[in-house]
Amino acid sequence: MSYVAIADRDHEQEHHDPQTFITKYIWSQDHKVIAIQYGITAVFVGLIALGLSAMMRLQLGFPDQFSFINPENYYQFVTMHGMIMVIYLLTALFLGGFGNYLIPLMCGSRDMVFPFLNMVSYWVYLLSVIILLISFFVPGGSTGAGWTLYPPQAIMQGTPGTDWGILLMLASLGVFIVAFTMGGLNYVTTVLQARCKGMTLMRMPLSVWGIFIATILGLLAFPALLVSAIMMIFDKTLMTSFFMPAISSMGADPGYTGGSPILFQHLFWFFGHPEVYIVALPAFGIVSDLLSTHARKNIFGYRMMVWAIIAIGGLSFIVWAHHMYVSGMNPYFGFFFATTTLIIAVPTALKVYNWVLTLWEGNIHLRVPMLFSIGFVFTFIHGGLTGLFLGNVTIDLPLSDTYFVVAHFHMVMGVSPVLVVFGAIYHWWPKISGRMYNETLGKWHFWMTFLGTYSIYLPMHYLGFQGVPRRYFSMGNTEFMPASAQDLNAWITMSALFVAASQLLFFTNIIWSLTRGPKSDPNPWDATTLEWQTPDHPPKHGNWGHELPECHRWAYDYSVPGYEEDFIPQNVPADKAPAGRDHGGEH
Amino acid sequence: MEIGLITLAIMLATLLGWLLKQSFNTQPWVADEVGETAHHGPLGDASNTRLIALMTLLAVVTSFFALILSAYALRMELGDWVPMTEPQLLWTNTAMLILASVALQWTRNGAVKGQASRLKPGLIATGILTTAFVAGQFIAWQQLRADGQFVTVNPSNAFFFFLTGAHAVHILGGLYVWARATTRVLLGTAEGGAIRRSIELCTIYWHFLLLVWLVLFGLLLST
Repeated sequence: MSYVAIADRDHEQEHHDPQTFITKYIWSQDHKVIAIQYGITAVFVGLIALGLSAMMRLQLGFPDQFSFINPENYYQFVTMHGMIMVIYLLTALFLGGFGNYLIPLMCGSRDMVFPFLNMVSYWVYLLSVIILLISFFVPGGSTGAGWTLYPPQAIMQGTPGTDWGILLMLASLGVFIVAFTMGGLNYVTTVLQARCKGMTLMRMPLSVWGIFIATILGLLAFPALLVSAIMMIFDKTLMTSFFMPAISSMGADPGYTGGSPILFQHLFWFFGHPEVYIVALPAFGIVSDLLSTHARKNIFGYRMMVWAIIAIGGLSFIVWAHHMYVSGMNPYFGFFFATTTLIIAVPTALKVYNWVLTLWEGNIHLRVPMLFSIGFVFTFIHGGLTGLFLGNVTIDLPLSDTYFVVAHFHMVMGVSPVLVVFGAIYHWWPKISGRMYNETLGKWHFWMTFLGTYSIYLPMHYLGFQGVPRRYFSMGNTEFMPASAQDLNAWITMSALFVAASQLLFFTNIIWSLTRGPKSDPNPWDATTLEWQTPDHPPKHGNWGHELPECHRWAYDYSVPGYEEDFIPQNVPADKAPAGRDHGGEH
Repeated sequence: MEIGLITLAIMLATLLGWLLKQSFNTQPWVADEVGETAHHGPLGDASNTRLIALMTLLAVVTSFFALILSAYALRMELGDWVPMTEPQLLWTNTAMLILASVALQWTRNGAVKGQASRLKPGLIATGILTTAFVAGQFIAWQQLRADGQFVTVNPSNAFFFFLTGAHAVHILGGLYVWARATTRVLLGTAEGGAIRRSIELCTIYWHFLLLVWLVLFGLLLST
């Protein structure tokens, strides 16, 4: 059966040419507009979460100096900061934002295959965000159960937000999962069905690969969170005992009969660990493309990179219990999960080697996206190495409840993906807005963020080794903590405030660029991928004008010997430019 | 968690096999091999797009139910579990759902062969039988409540309501799509090809939910 691209089939294509301001920018079915809507919403809630972390740091750095932070608030800040950053910022931004923008453009399609569903996905996501934000204002405030929402404390008296906060949180997660599923069906189907002629799977840019596999992980893993959320809502409202053990609360018997909190932990982490890679895989993919483009060199070991993404995705489903070593598991289970956890380091390390080897002898241009990408390689290696520590049961047990873990996961899935987010925004900004940003401001933004985050998280590892416990509102007087630990905490807080404030440079840059930025060239980085070859700049509705592009080569023909320019776009036919390896394409 | 893991492993292995087929013997760095624009056309023509989306959705739903069953198996091992006696009405409901699947399959076969006369009676029969199933489930819940067998009595009861409820919600989602297709048939507003594809997809979804129900019902009866 011969293949005709979806967009070429008039009778199949859903017509949705925007007519008015509202259909063009608000109820839009254009993947680019939806991507921007996702992006703005995610960044907006992300800023709230950033503010919450600043409040936490104020308390930790300067205990009891601020009357508006009490223990209840503190736990609410911790919880909402974690949940917003992981789910509502990073997941939504990478898949809803970059996934929406990049998949159709990089695959050479006119749009997602189900544009209406795509639009609904965004509005349902917005609804989940609104439900989440409402929980700040209900009686009792938002939940303070910690972002993992462990029962029994998540729904027991004594934890902040057990009246309404926890219910709104669970409801919001359920709504988010519905939104994600609608978006995810679109991303997967679009990648499988709507690629332009010649765009074989193994010619797709690694960004698309990362987003594609992350979406599959999300589609299969989010149901675990949905199941546990529904069951916890039952436990809270109908007094079932799925998770709630026979327990007395403040001298009274609430009536639960012997459920299993560990069961919740299994379900939660069955989602929670793949979630790490739902965030990481798009970052891996995007950073590969950024490094290759700005080093003017083909990505080292493309097929290995693809298979590493797939292997990491598969393995991520069998490591979840390494988050639960301290729950008291059978040592053989611990051994199994430690082994799988360390095995996942193999494909991950392959990727790191390949990034470094891509830079090797490359023609490196230290532009802002490149700085953020190289910064990511640093922070990811550091966060990954401490993961090797924590993957071992014997090392995890004493460190699990200390700041070492906070430092680890912030380096590996906080700072690292956020650096990629910034790199990606700077990289694709000219395509999105049609304007250039200010290079100097961008570089200041990078250095302040990069050095500032190190200044936050490196000392935290040391605090962890000292045994300083995480999750505590105040440390009190203990023997094992030297007085200098408090000085370090004050330093970390000042660094955190510095990093938070330096994000203003980013927003200043965006506003400056939108109002005064010089018009950008359609392909300012001389990149090969299809989104830079659109007839209009920025691309219009339908992306490609009258004719869809044809893909003739992979996305990494940089510095091909014998060709005058140092890049060959994917849509340049073989007879117009050298054809890859025969001319030294892959090393 | 074994149930969840095994189900996921099967789904991921299927995907992996397909991906391997796509990427073996390819040399991504070579431009336009064998003289023409290389392309391993995705999965065929456009009518497959909705099929692939449906299959992806079914994978998500499979994961959802497999994870509930994992939780069921884990929770069952604890000391306070008392098996529940299922209402006899469930047998009748099961028969309704089987008949609904049969009716839809009959309709689909008619649509594929171009026998338009089958569409209206077939779709309406499917709708009535499926609605009867959902109504029957609702009555079963009411009976259990009236007998004092609601969710707090035992985790087995709670799981019964959760599983049957989750399944019923998925059936209702199917009925929404069925209602759209049936309206178009009754009003005669859609061309045959589109209706045929709609009915084909509905049939897959109905058979899938029947399968899920048979697994759930078997599990509920045996534990």
